[in-house]
Amino acid sequence: MFRRIEAVADEIGFFFDGRPLRAMQGETVATALLASGVGVFRSSVVSGAPRAPLCLMGVCFDCLVEIDGVENRQSCLVEIREGMDVRSQNRARQLKQGTISCR
Amino acid sequence: MPVKQMTAAADLADRYDIVVIGAGPAGMAAATEAASHDVRVLLCDENPAPGGQIYRAITRNRPVAFKLLGASYAEGLPLVQRFLDCRADYAAGATVWSLQGAHPESEPEIGLTLGGSARRIRAGRVILATGATERPMPVPGWTLPGVMMAGAAQIALKSASAVPQGRIVLAGCGPLLYLLANQLSDAGAHIVALLDTSDRRQRWAAIQHLPSFAASPYLRKGLSLLVSAYRRIKVIGGVQDIAVSGQDRAEKVRFSTRKKQHVIEADTVLLHQGVIPAINLTSAAGCELVWDDAQHCFRPVVDGVGRTSVPGIICAGDGAGIGGARHAAVAGRIAAMTATTDLRIGTDPDCARQLSALQRRARYLLRGRRFLDLLYHPAPQFRAPRDPDTIVCRCEEIRAGTLRQAVGLGVPGPNQLKTFLRCGMGPCQGRMCAPTVTEIMAEMQGKSPAEVGTYRLRAPVKPLRLAELAAMPHTPAAIQAVAGHAPSDFQPNRKESP
Amino acid sequence: MHNPEIRDMVVVGGGLVGASLAWGLAREGVSTLVLDGDDLDLRASRANFALVWVQGKGLGAPDYALWSQTAAGCWPEFATELAADSGIDVGLSQRGGFSFALSDRELEQLASEMVRIRSETGVRAASYEVLDAVATRVRLPHVGPDVVGSIYSRADGHVNALRLFRALHVAMTARGVEYRAHHAVSDIAAVSNGFRLSGNWGSVLARRVVLAAGLDNQRLAPMLGLHAPMKRSKGQILVTEKCRPFFDHVSATIRQTDEGGVMIGDSEETGTESIMTDQDISAVLAHRAIRVFPCLSEANVLRSWTGFRIKTMDGMPIYEQSERHPGAFLASCHSGVTLASNHMLRVAPMIAAGALAPELAPFHSRRFHVQAH
Repeated sequence: MFRRIEAVADEIGFFFDGRPLRAMQGETVATALLASGVGVFRSSVVSGAPRAPLCLMGVCFDCLVEIDGVENRQSCLVEIREGMDVRSQNRARQLKQGTISCR
Repeated sequence: MPVKQMTAAADLADRYDIVVIGAGPAGMAAATEAASHDVRVLLCDENPAPGGQIYRAITRNRPVAFKLLGASYAEGLPLVQRFLDCRADYAAGATVWSLQGAHPESEPEIGLTLGGSARRIRAGRVILATGATERPMPVPGWTLPGVMMAGAAQIALKSASAVPQGRIVLAGCGPLLYLLANQLSDAGAHIVALLDTSDRRQRWAAIQHLPSFAASPYLRKGLSLLVSAYRRIKVIGGVQDIAVSGQDRAEKVRFSTRKKQHVIEADTVLLHQGVIPAINLTSAAGCELVWDDAQHCFRPVVDGVGRTSVPGIICAGDGAGIGGARHAAVAGRIAAMTATTDLRIGTDPDCARQLSALQRRARYLLRGRRFLDLLYHPAPQFRAPRDPDTIVCRCEEIRAGTLRQAVGLGVPGPNQLKTFLRCGMGPCQGRMCAPTVTEIMAEMQGKSPAEVGTYRLRAPVKPLRLAELAAMPHTPAAIQAVAGHAPSDFQPNRKESP
Repeated sequence: MHNPEIRDMVVVGGGLVGASLAWGLAREGVSTLVLDGDDLDLRASRANFALVWVQGKGLGAPDYALWSQTAAGCWPEFATELAADSGIDVGLSQRGGFSFALSDRELEQLASEMVRIRSETGVRAASYEVLDAVATRVRLPHVGPDVVGSIYSRADGHVNALRLFRALHVAMTARGVEYRAHHAVSDIAAVSNGFRLSGNWGSVLARRVVLAAGLDNQRLAPMLGLHAPMKRSKGQILVTEKCRPFFDHVSATIRQTDEGGVMIGDSEETGTESIMTDQDISAVLAHRAIRVFPCLSEANVLRSWTGFRIKTMDGMPIYEQSERHPGAFLASCHSGVTLASNHMLRVAPMIAAGALAPELAPFHSRRFHVQAH
């Protein structure tokens, strides 16, 4: 978990697992979560062990979360936006039923 | 005219003269230089803002960050400003997932995702400026939340003015570890200890390169870093056998020095043992790689101006071999000049003179690197973990013991090992385990890493949604190859092509 | 010059075919050495689709249809033996397979092929059902509206081919087979009472030899009076990230591995030697997969790869013993996963005994000479 060393000027609001949290304009989803005290981002696909970001630079894929309904996104590469709906991921994804064709 | 920010794949041109991949110092310098030659330039970068990792979030201009990060961070400002003022298309948040070199009948091509859609773009030349990643440091417990690479903590500091809460232990070797220790300390973070794992035997190998280091720009900076760290932080040298433990996150760090065992409590453990070129895209494009013994990593083979073995693909900056940010900025300009010359766009008669001046500058900026490379050569036990339970492939959760057993079957190389165990098959595509797998095989088979080799990669080098792939054009030849019949044969009423 | 090493049996090739045969030979008590190539040699064993598949195989070649069916039938026994020798469960699942049709013409074509195979084999080929769109959806609720029907056969299934490959190596090693990588064989010569195999690593003398070198059999076979004519056939496969189980059957083009990843195949290109993946083909593979299972559209593709099939000129396996040089055997085939059971349980004992049984006669390469006249 992280703490800020300066007052956040342009605060924006977002949600993590339905909980309202605050973030700094321009930062990534990953640092917004870390600075909000989120210690675990997901459980691993193979063993279900808790995981959190390792590299924060797009390499490790341990920061994967669901962002606005899209699963397994690298939160360290996505800029946080007002009202974003971020969700932790639990092991492997569930394929969503439905008949949406790609065309 | 400032850069044109591109946010949707559909807005990109079908073709650019030069596509630059990566917005660190090399990429920004390359795009800026190329755009000055009146050509169509696209710079694609994964991150939301320019700067790469070294100048991360520099455009957000927060005084506290600048004060903490010092002059070498602020150095990036003019570079970023010049880039933002240049006439290039700039796609931030773009993921490049494929790269193909030039063929006699076709130009280089990249596949990328931007704004949720995939697109393939042709380029006269592609300049890869993919930069560096941290060398993995697999120790027991390194998958626990609370364990991060040191670079991650620096990124949080640069981009979010955030430092780890509670007790911090830094472990590993190399200048960045000491730099971060000082920066975190200045920011008021609570560093319990810095565990230095440097291989002391390396001092002798490094010493012969001391004169060159002494004459380099690194000497003063390096010394002041060390002095400052030793004054304020508990530095423990000769550290071995690091293991992190905890219930659901890091709680304790165990390690040994000479014959003594230690345990310290920690909330955050920051690991670091140097940086290595980010080669996934380069490698998947088929660029020939070579093992760099001094830097102990694979890097692409490049000629004096950055051309790789694949026609049309040029590589610049740390992605071509670690040289640091200043060197990368010069290498980026050299790459751009190479590209424009190759495309016969650079008609400037001064070009050759400028190029040789830049090459002299690049050589100067590499002075002293060899000393640092050798001095901070990571110790064998942290490159090829001995503890059988240490996870090597974080995605597939493959442990060192399992790997060693499979190597014991006599496998011919890392690619067979990958098939046997799935190591390197997860979403990171081996970025986190490839160096370790090569090291373990080299150690067990008594070979050099060069002989062992590394994973062979193929596009896509980063995940993309199946729907994105499906929405790209369907050529008749591809339909024939997949469906086994020509597009019209079987679907008289159905439109196969989007 | 020092005396060369002398071995009873040398298998050239350590892929699925070579390893299945070597393991089977070792179980027959034959002391076996496997010589294998380098890490980046073309290896179909690392690129396959992992099906234990019967449906649609052997069109115009009833012996092959039945050979595949026998293989699928004895796979459970093979998997049990493999688990016993290697300690590895290869995840065999034989719940039946579907071939999906995305147009009426495709369904007609598939159905008529099944009819032909049934009749050519004298109705000995596995039974199957032709399902219309509704019937298909009743069995597989995830199937999309573009699927107009399917063929279903109870005989089809799949395994975890990565674990299979490792299990074969563990099992053969446990049975005393010696395996040497980086021992590509460049030359084989018949010498007095045996064969000399040589490469840049040196040479070894073998009393008997089995060629299981995949595409390289084409080059090696003539050195022993054998014949393995092949054609180029490149396939490409996509694989997604791991997903929760959604498809517990299998199809010829889509399967979910027991680890969760969804494999999407496959393509055939004949005019290329490049190992690079082709993004045009990826697009069509992805498109067809989503038309079959729309729920896949949001899944991330993690990897894609290509492989070259070991495709003989007529697609059927070649098994033969050299008439000019008895003791030299050849095994060349596609479908090394499906046929692994036959190779270990049936072919290896024949080779150990020194003669291929009459049931393998249809797979002799002399069929190509007949065609040539």
